[in-house]
This record gives sequence, structure tokens and C-alpha cells, in this order.
Amino acid sequence: MEVIAPQAVDTLIRLLAGEGYEVVGPTRRDGAIVYDRVGGLEDLPVGWTDEQAPGHYRLRERDDDALFGYVVGPHSWKKYLFPPEETLFRLTRQPDGSFVTEPGTSDAPRRAFIGMRACELAAIDVQDRVFLGQAVQDRGYAARRRDLFMVAVSCAEPGGTCFCASMDTGPRAREGFDLALTEVIDATQHFLVAEAGSEAGRAMLDRLDPRPASDAEQAATERVWAEAPEKMGRQMPADAREVLNRAFEHPRWEETAERCLSCSNCTLVCPTCFCSQVEEVPDLEGQRTERVRRWDSCFNQEHSHLVGGPHHESVAARYRQWITHKLATWHDQFGTSGCVGCGRCITWCPVGIDITEEVTAVRRDPEGRG
Amino acid sequence: MAPDAVATLPDQAMAPEPWRIHSVRRDVASNEVLSWTLYPEPGVEPGAAPAPGQFNMLYLFGVGEVPISVSAITDDGGIVHTIRAVGSVTRAMQDLEAGTVVGLRGPFGTAWPLEQARGRDLVLVAGGIGLAPLRPVIHAALQRRSEFGRVVVCYGARSPGDMIFRDELDAWAARDDVDLRITVDRGTAAWRGDVGVVTQLVDRGGFDRRNTLALTCGPEVMMRFTASALERRGLKPEDIYVSMERNMRCAVGFCGHCQIGAHFVCRDGPVFPYPVMEPAFRVREL
Amino acid sequence: MNELLAIIEKEPFFEDMAPEHRRLLAACAAKCSYTAGTRLMSDHEPTETFWLIREGQVALESPLREGSVAFQTLGTGDILGWSWLLPPYRASYDARAVTDIHTLRFDAGVLRERMEADPAFGYVLMKHFAALIVQRLQAARLQALDIYSHGGPGHGA
Repeated sequence: MEVIAPQAVDTLIRLLAGEGYEVVGPTRRDGAIVYDRVGGLEDLPVGWTDEQAPGHYRLRERDDDALFGYVVGPHSWKKYLFPPEETLFRLTRQPDGSFVTEPGTSDAPRRAFIGMRACELAAIDVQDRVFLGQAVQDRGYAARRRDLFMVAVSCAEPGGTCFCASMDTGPRAREGFDLALTEVIDATQHFLVAEAGSEAGRAMLDRLDPRPASDAEQAATERVWAEAPEKMGRQMPADAREVLNRAFEHPRWEETAERCLSCSNCTLVCPTCFCSQVEEVPDLEGQRTERVRRWDSCFNQEHSHLVGGPHHESVAARYRQWITHKLATWHDQFGTSGCVGCGRCITWCPVGIDITEEVTAVRRDPEGRG
Repeated sequence: MAPDAVATLPDQAMAPEPWRIHSVRRDVASNEVLSWTLYPEPGVEPGAAPAPGQFNMLYLFGVGEVPISVSAITDDGGIVHTIRAVGSVTRAMQDLEAGTVVGLRGPFGTAWPLEQARGRDLVLVAGGIGLAPLRPVIHAALQRRSEFGRVVVCYGARSPGDMIFRDELDAWAARDDVDLRITVDRGTAAWRGDVGVVTQLVDRGGFDRRNTLALTCGPEVMMRFTASALERRGLKPEDIYVSMERNMRCAVGFCGHCQIGAHFVCRDGPVFPYPVMEPAFRVREL
Repeated sequence: MNELLAIIEKEPFFEDMAPEHRRLLAACAAKCSYTAGTRLMSDHEPTETFWLIREGQVALESPLREGSVAFQTLGTGDILGWSWLLPPYRASYDARAVTDIHTLRFDAGVLRERMEADPAFGYVLMKHFAALIVQRLQAARLQALDIYSHGGPGHGA
């Protein structure tokens, strides 16, 4: 086990920037911790934490200088790999009435992600299966994904809406990273345990002055790993898939629809939701046009557009589609759950609908007798 | 960290390529249904020839893209698409003339399992514009007529004026190796054919219940009752295939719009075995 | 009689009926052909008959609709007529042979007596006709839905 000093994270950011990476990490903005460019430790939310509950998010100052003493905010890394808006193609009219098609601008700097949580590594694996694992691969996603440098952080203090332990995706980062950090902080000590997950990660770690952990440091780190799973604010029933596969006509969906605003917040904050639509954006002369892909949501009525009317007309049908896709049919489609237990959909739902509570309610009353 | 070998496929799957409208056929009195025969522009390397049942994404420069099933395949590399002008993109396509270049990418999706019908009776049940996706399978079956038992084609239209491919229907009716049955929901004084829903053509039988493959395409409610009628005649559900319509946008399983339960209609369909789609007919808004 | 029984045995409508019930039916049946244009049933008139159409086409029309446009046609293998089954035993539409037709014509008045006398036979025949009526009702509903008026499949959104 190797230990680095908190200040080494600053070095790490600067070294990565020096190697030409655009370094992205958590930073405090508009009352939330979001992901954006970071230049050093001063950009990280050092000494801050977040309070999360259904429909509730507040930042609060900690009484220590923890670098990563918070969990995930409204952003996920999805916005970099699968951007909210992307020009897929540019087409130009030719004199003979034909047209030529060129790829859209591929805005793909090499990026380094700092502070990725275990659930977020799992989310990227889920999206890899969508965009890289099918018969056709998404060119843009593949390009952005290819050269990532990923620095993970194992969560020591899971949040109020977290349930990664029950989704088996965290809280400890186990794979899929270049470097993984575990922060240990108390009245007497503050250090990070660093693990390399790739050759690039190993090479980088060697430049951060690592030293072997003492027995006490090792014990403290293992305590963090052991205790974190016990601190989950939420829990997903292990048989969620089976529960939902039996519940297509459960009355619960009508009840939930009475609260659901169909605002699509849950799908926007979800790190795995991949629905998109492509819009045609022509210029005024009609000589050039672009195919622009934007995030879409199964909560939008137009999502299920058919000539005779939207197929998922009711909010109940849209909620059922979302939760059933996420936790049940995703398995059939991509061999994994579409939910990684990050809790964002619970926190950022304006009316506090809780995906774990929904499954639990249906599970408790499978026949819907009330 | 990089995932294993990222092979990026040709853009063909995602980028519309220019194909020229060689001819336009307008079918219904209102001009609402049109068929384009398309050929690739010079320089375009067409992908695999579409199989009956598959669809292409047709694109109109500056307007947008729609999924349209293949309604015929010509011997010389042309593809016929039959379009009903009912949405914003298809209405913009309605008045295009021969010579216009449109975009095409594909083919996508699953095909009608014609091979499974070899040595068996083949029953094709089409409703309305649903005749178009079944048309290439009729062409193929007639070309290889001796491989099949009885070939029964049941076609239901709203009214005599709404029928499409009348000349072809007449030609099939004249053949004694095709049992063509046509019905309309609303007759006219001049109409001498059948009146009533297409399921009653199925009720009249005329095929071997133990050895028949049935393919149906039309509005969902029509396919559902057609499947019931076929089951009533003794067919097993797994010998019935349906073609589904959902909001197919990307055609490759990326955009999420066309899901029915665990299935992407663009990727796993549009042709499905009936038992796979049975829940979709039963559960509302699935 | 034997010829009539043979015809009945081959018809899906009478399938899964007991041999003695088929014999009862055959006893009430006769082969009967009509030329195109013949009116077999008239709206509101008493009816004591039903037909199995063996060949040809029959149009069902309502005199209430102008121009006598058929709302439904029946063809080979179809059963025509179920008004004999329940009071007031009157037809509720016109039935006209569109083509020359060949039928088995059943004397339903006699059949009804047999059904009363032999409830087991009555139940079997009632069940077959109930299924037929349900099938026609479903078809009529579908027809009324105007299912082809919207986009519908064909992947032409």
C-alpha cells in the first residue's frame, strides 16, 4: 500500500496538464459541486461536503480540509463522453442537387478526470456497452473515450441518497481506473492511499513521491474501506429486476405519476441514461445543414412519437418505462443493470421520488392490493 | 484507460448517403402514398442489399430523417420505398419529383423469415400501408414459387380508393398459384369485392394449420386480431411473425426511442416472432 | 344424407361436434344454390334459416344506408344468419347473393325444436353460434375503429 500527501493531488493535476491533458475535476459553483476544468488543488472543493436527501441538496463547510469529502453532484462524466449537444455531420448541397457529408467537428481533447467515484466508473462501463458494444460504434464517443486518464476516489463517506453498495458498484473503486485514491483524514492524520490500475497510472504515481504506508495507516485505510459500505443512505432490493419484470401493470405507477412532474431531471443527472435525438439545423440559404444530436429523455412525450399519437402518452407509462428500463430490461439489452446506485435521480427529483422506495413498494405489494 | 480495441465502423451506418429518385409512383387518390425507386449516386458504395422486412433511414436535406421499410428491390441495385405522407418529414417528401437527391442509410433491422416457409403454406396478412413492407416478401415468394405450398395473400384497406399497388394486386389475382383475398372496411356502390376487416379473410382458412408460416403487417390492433384469427385456425403462435412500428430515430440502438420492453425495434425488429411481441399487444403503453 | 354429413364433417365451423350432433344437423340440411342477386334475408322479416356458404359471395346490407352499400360480405366457409336463434327471430339486415352461390341451407325452425328437446345439443350449437357472433362483433368493432386512418405501420412516420 502506497501513500501520498494531499498536496500530491495538486502535483498530479499540474503534471497531467503538463502532459497535454485537459484536466477536469470537482469544483464548487452555484451552490453545488460540479465537474469543470481544474488547474490545481485550489479549484477543488477542499473542506466542503454535501447534504443529500430526496429532492434536497446543500453544501456545507466541513471542520477539516478533506479534498474529497463529498459525493457526487448534479454533473456526471457523461457530459464529456456523451456531450449534451454534438454535431454528428455537416452536409453541403452540391450544384447537381446531391450533397456531401462530412463528420461534425470532433471536439476531443485528451482529458484527465479527477475524483471519479466507483459508481461513475461503473456508469462509464454501462455507457461503453451502449456506444461501443453494439454492432455499430459511436465514432465520437469512441474518440473521447480512448485517451482518458482516469483518477478514481473511493468514497469514505457515502451520501444520504447513495446505494452503490447494493448495486455492487462501490463504494471502493476496484477497476477501470489509471489511479485510485482513498482519502484518510482525522484529527491526527491526513493522507491518501494511491493504487495504480494501468501502466500510465503507475508511471504517474511514481512521480508523486509515494511512500509505503505504515501499519497504522494501512489499518486506518482498511477501516475506511470496511465502514463505507455501512454508511449508505439508501438500499436497492437485490431482486429489483424480477420485481419490475412482474410489475408492468402495477397500480403503483399511476400513484407515482401523480407526483412525477415528468420534468426529466432524473434522466439528465443519470450517468447512464443515453437517449438522444438528432435535429436538423439548416442554414438560411439552404445550402448547408447539420445533424445535431442532443440529449433526450423518455419523460418527454415526443420521445415515443408515432403518427397516431405518442406511444407513452401517460406519465405513468413514462415512469414505468424509465424505472423498468433502468433496473430490468437493461439487463436483457446490455447484460448489466442500467443503475449504478449513485442516487442522483433521488436527490435531483424536485418532488423527491426515490427509485429505491419505488421498487421496495412494488416488492412489498406485488399484486398492488394497496 | 482505453477499452479494448476501438474499431470505428464506416460512417455508412450513421451518415445519410446521396441516392437519386429515379421514378415516383403516386398511389392513392389523395397522393398521400408515394413510392420512390432510388439508385445510389456515383461514388456511393451501397451496403448489403436489403432483405424483405428491413428498413432504411430516408433523409431529406434540411428537413430530417424517417424510417421507411423497403417495398421492393430491383434487379439492378435499386430500392423502392413506399411512403405515406402523414408526418412533418414525409409531408415534405410528398411533392418531390424524379431526379431529386435524397439521403439514405441502411439497411437496418430484421427480415421476414421466408426460409422458414419453404415446404410450407405461406399466409401474408397486410393492412393498409402495411402491404408495402410485405411486398418484397411476396415478390420473393412468387419468384421462388415452387418452394412453397399454398400462398395466401390477405389485404385489408380502408376503402377501394385507399388500396395501393392496384395493378400488382390485379396481376396477383390473375395468377392461379396465389390465393389473393382483398377486403375493405368501407365499400362503395361500385366495389364488387369483399367488405369487412381483414381478419375475416383469415377466418376463411384455406391453408394447412399444421404447416403454415404467417407474416402480418399493419396497425397493431389489426395484427393482434389477425394473430388471434390465425391461432383460431390452429396456427401455433411461433409460426406467426409481426412487424412493429415505433419511433425509430438512430436505427442502431443508440437513441432509445423505439423500445418495447427489452427490445429495440430498430435493432431487434421490426420483424418479431409474435410470442415475443404478445405482451406489447396486451400491456397498455408498453 | 351421407353426402350432407360428409360436407358438414369437413367444415371447421362444425369441428369438434359429436357425430350424433352432426347427424342431427345433416338431417335439417339441404344443398341449395342461388343465382346472383337473390335476396336470402330481408331486414326485419322473420327468419327460420341459416346457411353455410360453400362457394360464392353474399353481401350484408342495411336498407337504412343509402344505395345499399354492403357493410360486410361473407364468402366461402362463412355462416350466414343467426337471427333464428333468439326471439323475435327476425333478420336485422338484408342478405343478397353477389355471385351465384352454393350453400347448405339449414331448417332452423326444426333445429330449434331439437335444441329445446336435447339441451346438450342445444348448448353445443348455441356455443358455436355464440363464438361466431362474438367474432362478428369484434370484426364490426375493428371496422368501426377506422384503423387505417392514422399512420399505422409501414414505417412511414
